[in-house]
Amino acid sequence: MLDAANTNDVGVETLLEVNNIEVIYNHVILVLKGVSLNVPKGGITALLGGNGAGKTTTLKAISNLLHSERGEVTKGSVKYRGTDVHDLDPADLVRKGVIQVMEGRHCFEHLTVEENLLTGYYTRTSGKAEMQRDLELVYNYFPRLKERRKSLAGYTSGGEQQMVAIGRALMANPETILLDEPSMGLAPQLVEEIFGIVKDLNEKEGVSFLLAEQNTNVALRFAHYGYILESGRVVMDGPAADLRENPDVKEFYLGMSEEGRKSFRDVRSYRRRKRWLS
Amino acid sequence: MPDSLLFGTEVVLNGLMAGVLYALVALGFVLIYKASGIFNYAQGVMALFAAMTLYGIMVGQVPFAHLINAIFGTHIHHFGWEVPAIIAIVLTIAVMVLFAWLVQQYIFRHLVGQEPIILFMATIGLAYFLEGVADLMWGSEIKALDVGLPQGGSFWIEENTQWMGMGNENFYGFFLDQLDLIATVIAAVLVIALVAFSQYTKQGRAMRAVADDHQAALSVGINLNFIWVLVWSVAGFVALVAGIVWGSKSGVQFSLSLIALKALPVLMLGGFTSIPGAIVGGLIIGVGEKLFEFAIGPLVGGATENWFAYVLALLFLVFRPQGLFGDKIIERV
Ligand SMILES: Nc1ncnc2c1ncn2[C@@H]1O[C@H](COP(=O)(O)OP(=O)(O)OP(=O)(O)O)[C@@H](O)[C@H]1O
Ligand SMILES: [Mg+2]
Repeated sequence: MLDAANTNDVGVETLLEVNNIEVIYNHVILVLKGVSLNVPKGGITALLGGNGAGKTTTLKAISNLLHSERGEVTKGSVKYRGTDVHDLDPADLVRKGVIQVMEGRHCFEHLTVEENLLTGYYTRTSGKAEMQRDLELVYNYFPRLKERRKSLAGYTSGGEQQMVAIGRALMANPETILLDEPSMGLAPQLVEEIFGIVKDLNEKEGVSFLLAEQNTNVALRFAHYGYILESGRVVMDGPAADLRENPDVKEFYLGMSEEGRKSFRDVRSYRRRKRWLS
Repeated sequence: MPDSLLFGTEVVLNGLMAGVLYALVALGFVLIYKASGIFNYAQGVMALFAAMTLYGIMVGQVPFAHLINAIFGTHIHHFGWEVPAIIAIVLTIAVMVLFAWLVQQYIFRHLVGQEPIILFMATIGLAYFLEGVADLMWGSEIKALDVGLPQGGSFWIEENTQWMGMGNENFYGFFLDQLDLIATVIAAVLVIALVAFSQYTKQGRAMRAVADDHQAALSVGINLNFIWVLVWSVAGFVALVAGIVWGSKSGVQFSLSLIALKALPVLMLGGFTSIPGAIVGGLIIGVGEKLFEFAIGPLVGGATENWFAYVLALLFLVFRPQGLFGDKIIERV
C-alpha cells in the first residue's frame, strides 16, 4: 500500500494555494463558506465529501470555469506558484499548467477519440512532432484508447471516456490536474485501473493532482493528503494515512464503526452537532 | 425523346442551380447554429449587407453619404474612383470579419448561457438593425452587381446537348445559365474548403469541439469568444458568396434578405447541424419546387413555388424531425 508522505514537510514546494474562498452562484446562493487548501508539487491531494459538499465548485473556482455557470468567487484568493490567478481565464491557466478534468468526463461526443486528445493540445505551440510524441505517451498510458482512436467518443464506454478526458488533459502538458470524480459510474475494477494510472502519472510524469471524490475509500488509498468538505467548509484535513485511521472518517465516510453501524438518525444528529461545533 | 421528358430534365437542372443558392444560405445558418446554438435569423440580411458593401466599394460610393449630407449640408456621393472586383471582395471580407467581431463583442458575449429563444430574438433584432444600417450606409436602390461572372445561357451546353433530343425538332439543347454553372462550382469549392477546414485544421477541430460541449472546450483552454468570432466570420464569408451570386443574377435588393426564409425549410430537410444536409436539402428544395411547379403547377393555378418548400418541410418535421442528416443524437445507457 502507498505510503502517505507528509506534505507539510518543509522543502516541499506548494503549487496551489486556496485561501479562504467564498463562492456565490447567481448572486445569492452561498455555496463555499471559506475553503482553504494547499496542493504540493508532486502529490496527490484528495478533496472528499458527499453530494453537494462543494467539491466541484472548489475545483471550478480554481480553474475559473465558474463564470460560465454564473458563479463567482467573492472572497479569498487562489494562488498558483505564488501569483494570484483569480482573474485569468481558463485558457491562461491551462498555459500555466493547471487543467481540469470535469466531472462526468465531458468528452466531445462527435469527435473521434484521437481528435478529442488533440483538442488538449490546443493551447500549445510546440509543433506537430511534439504533438505526435505526446499522443504516443497518452496511448502508452491508455493502450485501450489507441485501439479505439478512430471511434466517435460518444460511442465509447464510460471507462474509455474517462480515459479520454484524462488523456486530453495530459496533451496540454499540465503540471497540475484538477480531477473531478473519476470514479463516477464506473465498475470497481475500472475505478482501480484508473486510479492506478493516476498514481503512475503522478510518480513517473511528476503530475500533481487535486482529486475530488465521493469514493473516500479508494481516494484515501491513493492520495497522500486529504481534505474533507462538508456544506462548503473544510471540516477536517490530514495525511491520507491518518484520515484512514480516524474514527470519525471511518464512521461517516468509510462506512465502518467500532460499535457496529449506528442508526441513520444517530448519525444525522451527531453530524449536525459536529458541524455546529466546527 | 419526348418533349416532356426533355423539358422535365431541364427543369431539374435549373432546379439544382436554384438549390445551390438556398444551400449557400442554409450553410451559413448551419455553421453558426452548430457552434453556438444560435439560430441566426440575420443570415439572409448578412448576405444582403455583404453584397451591398461589395457593390458600394466597387463603385467607390461614400458610405453613409445621405447621413453626412443631411448633417453637414454637403453633396458627396462617390469618391470618384472604382475598385477592381477582387480587391473589393477582399475588403468586403474584412468588413464581414469586423461585423463578426462586433456582433460577438457587443451582443452574444453578454448572452452566453441564455435560453435559445432569447438568442434567436437577438438575431431578429440584429437582422432589422443590419438592414437599417445597410440602407443608411449604401442607399436602398437596386444595384446591378457585376463582379465579372459570365452571364446568359451557355451556348456550349446548348450545342452539345442538342443530340439528346434524338431528332426531336422542338429541342435545341438544354438551356443553362452560365452564372448558375459558376455558382455551382463556387458552392462546391466552398463546401469542400469548409469541410476540409473543420476536419483537418486545429481551429476547425476546436470549432467542432465547441459545438459539442462549451464547458469542456473551455476546460481545455479553447477561447470561446475567438471561436465564435471565427464562426461568424466564416458565416459572413458564406453570406458574401451567396450575396454575390444572387446579386449578379437579380440585382442587389432588399428581397435578398428574404432568401433566409427559404433557407428554413432547407434546414428542416437537411438537419440544422449538418453541412452536407444543408447542401442536399437545398438541392432537394430547389429541384422539388421547380418540378412541382412544372408538373402540378398548371393544375392548381401556379405559384406553387411560394409554398411548396414549406409543405415539404412540414412533412419532414412530422416524419423525421432531425432532418436527413441531422447529428445523430448519441444516447448511451
Ligand atoms: N450552477 C449552479 N447554480 C446554483 N447552485 C449550484 C450550481 N452548481 C452547484 N450548485 C450548488 O452548490 C452546492 C455544491 O455543489 P457541488 O457541485 O460543488 O458539489 P459536489 O461536492 O461536487 O457534489 P457531487 O459529489 O454531487 O458532485 C450544491 O448545493 C449545488 O446545488
Ligand atoms: Mg461534484
